[in-house]
Amino acid sequence: MKLTGKAWKFGDNVNTDVIIPGRHLSTTDPKELARHCLEDLDPTFTSQVQPGDIIVAGKNFGCGSSREHAPLCLRGAGVSCVIAQSFALIFFRNAINLGLPILECPEAARAIQAGHRIEVELSTGQITDRDTGHTFQAKPYPEFMLKIINAGGLVPYTMKQMNAVNGSGT
Amino acid sequence: MAMTLAEKILAAHAGLKHVSPGDLIEARVDMVLANDITAPLAIGQFQRLNVPGLFDRQRVALVQDHFVPPKDIAAANQCKLVRSFAREHGLAHYYEAGKTGGIEHVVLPEQGVVLPGEVVIGADSHTCTYGALGAFSTGMGSTDVAVAMATGRIWMKVPETIRFIYEGGLQPWVGAKDLILYTIGDIGVEGALYQAMEFGGPVIDAMGMDGRFTMANMAVEAGAKAGLFAVDDTTLDYVRRRTGRPFTVYHGDPDAQCALVRQYDVSEIEPQVAFPHLPSNTRPVSQAGHVSIDQVFIGSCTNGRISDLRLAARVLGGRQVDSQVRCIIIPGDATAYRQALAEGLIETFVEAGAMVGTPSCGPCLGGHSGVLGEGERCISTTNRNFVGRMGHVKSEVYLANPAVAAASAILGRIAAPAEL
Repeated sequence: MKLTGKAWKFGDNVNTDVIIPGRHLSTTDPKELARHCLEDLDPTFTSQVQPGDIIVAGKNFGCGSSREHAPLCLRGAGVSCVIAQSFALIFFRNAINLGLPILECPEAARAIQAGHRIEVELSTGQITDRDTGHTFQAKPYPEFMLKIINAGGLVPYTMKQMNAVNGSGT
Repeated sequence: MAMTLAEKILAAHAGLKHVSPGDLIEARVDMVLANDITAPLAIGQFQRLNVPGLFDRQRVALVQDHFVPPKDIAAANQCKLVRSFAREHGLAHYYEAGKTGGIEHVVLPEQGVVLPGEVVIGADSHTCTYGALGAFSTGMGSTDVAVAMATGRIWMKVPETIRFIYEGGLQPWVGAKDLILYTIGDIGVEGALYQAMEFGGPVIDAMGMDGRFTMANMAVEAGAKAGLFAVDDTTLDYVRRRTGRPFTVYHGDPDAQCALVRQYDVSEIEPQVAFPHLPSNTRPVSQAGHVSIDQVFIGSCTNGRISDLRLAARVLGGRQVDSQVRCIIIPGDATAYRQALAEGLIETFVEAGAMVGTPSCGPCLGGHSGVLGEGERCISTTNRNFVGRMGHVKSEVYLANPAVAAASAILGRIAAPAEL
């Protein structure tokens, strides 16, 4: 699957409190959450983000609270993918579980500039900066995680597993 | 082959003789939990799974703590959803604010719901708190928790272990909070990314359970998956006073491989303050400079236990909160509240001019009960000081121990108790 979008560039330790502040957690609706996505870090983000845009960030993206509202609101805002130097553990699982593509690629995360047109081929992990022509290779997912991604997230994956165990097939 | 404490617990729960860091395992879970913010998402995902019920109604805990009593209609609706799910499924461990309720990570150990040697997962990042009991406990998202609620199992990558040894004599007013802040200041907010932190040494051996909960609680602020303590007489005494439920004690092998070992001479550690906007941005309180404050918060899953309240009362007793400061004190659960009442601590707080709140997460995550306005500064005994964590994007949070927070309330600026 190919994703294309404009890069939004952020630094290290983008935590889930700035992705979606605690004061807005009295809803679980992705569209409602998206109205406040990253507002404390970049007040222009919610009004200017376009469907398909890609977040490019530094180390430890998604650290802090385990709130799944963070990947939900990024998806609700239309973000197609997050590329970072590294991800915090809980955010990493949450994104995979909800089917938000995330790619660990320190080289791309350092080189890509804000506003550049980025192309990501998810099946191979190849990232292309169309403004500079540079290509980067993201770290491949472990095979087990690919199964969750290909199933469309942890819930459909688990349902498939349970059906297989119960012998009820499809 | 030798294994660390974390590896021993995970191997046993995966039905394996041996696990190594990096192994992908499927582990049995002993307890699954969520709160009024994360449970609504988990309940939605659980319903999508279309299973007949919970894997075990004795092994799922739901705690209403983040926005209770409900701060607005939306929050009330979330609480209502959690309550009706708990009722529908006959949950054995459901906690409303009041009664025995309060903050999940204070309530569950206090009620004997989480025990040594168990694997606990919770839809809250501070689930790592129960590592203080020698459990492997870790925070996950609502979807992972929903699947565990249905299946009683969870996939995990076995983390490497890094060990922290604390030696020497503690300075006055230095405690568990200072040791963990100092450690995070040393290794950074991603210093233990994907790893298990294991805390030990003579200072830890002499530390009470409340202090161990404080340290384990903040393991996630260094990026860790878990923060563990060896089970000793202190642990066993704590647990046996609270439950008769059986549990297994695991001991890490002394020759088990660790990715890193750090040793600290605690006699060199002063009370610590983490400046905005990262928990790793620490300084000794003597080097804080003149930082005036608008609010003090003493409470949370980090420092809302009875020992923390006693410490605050020792500083506030017979003194007055600065007239320009809002001082909010919130016991972590109903048990701590009742104990504080019995010991006269609540009276001490009120006499000193502090506000005392109902057990809940309070202002920690900026939802209610002490939200900060533009430019306001708070010194807080909580665990995070990210941009906008407690309110306005231009507000500031400074993390410290309860004695430093109390001394700051009196002097209206960040201060050491020794200055009083």
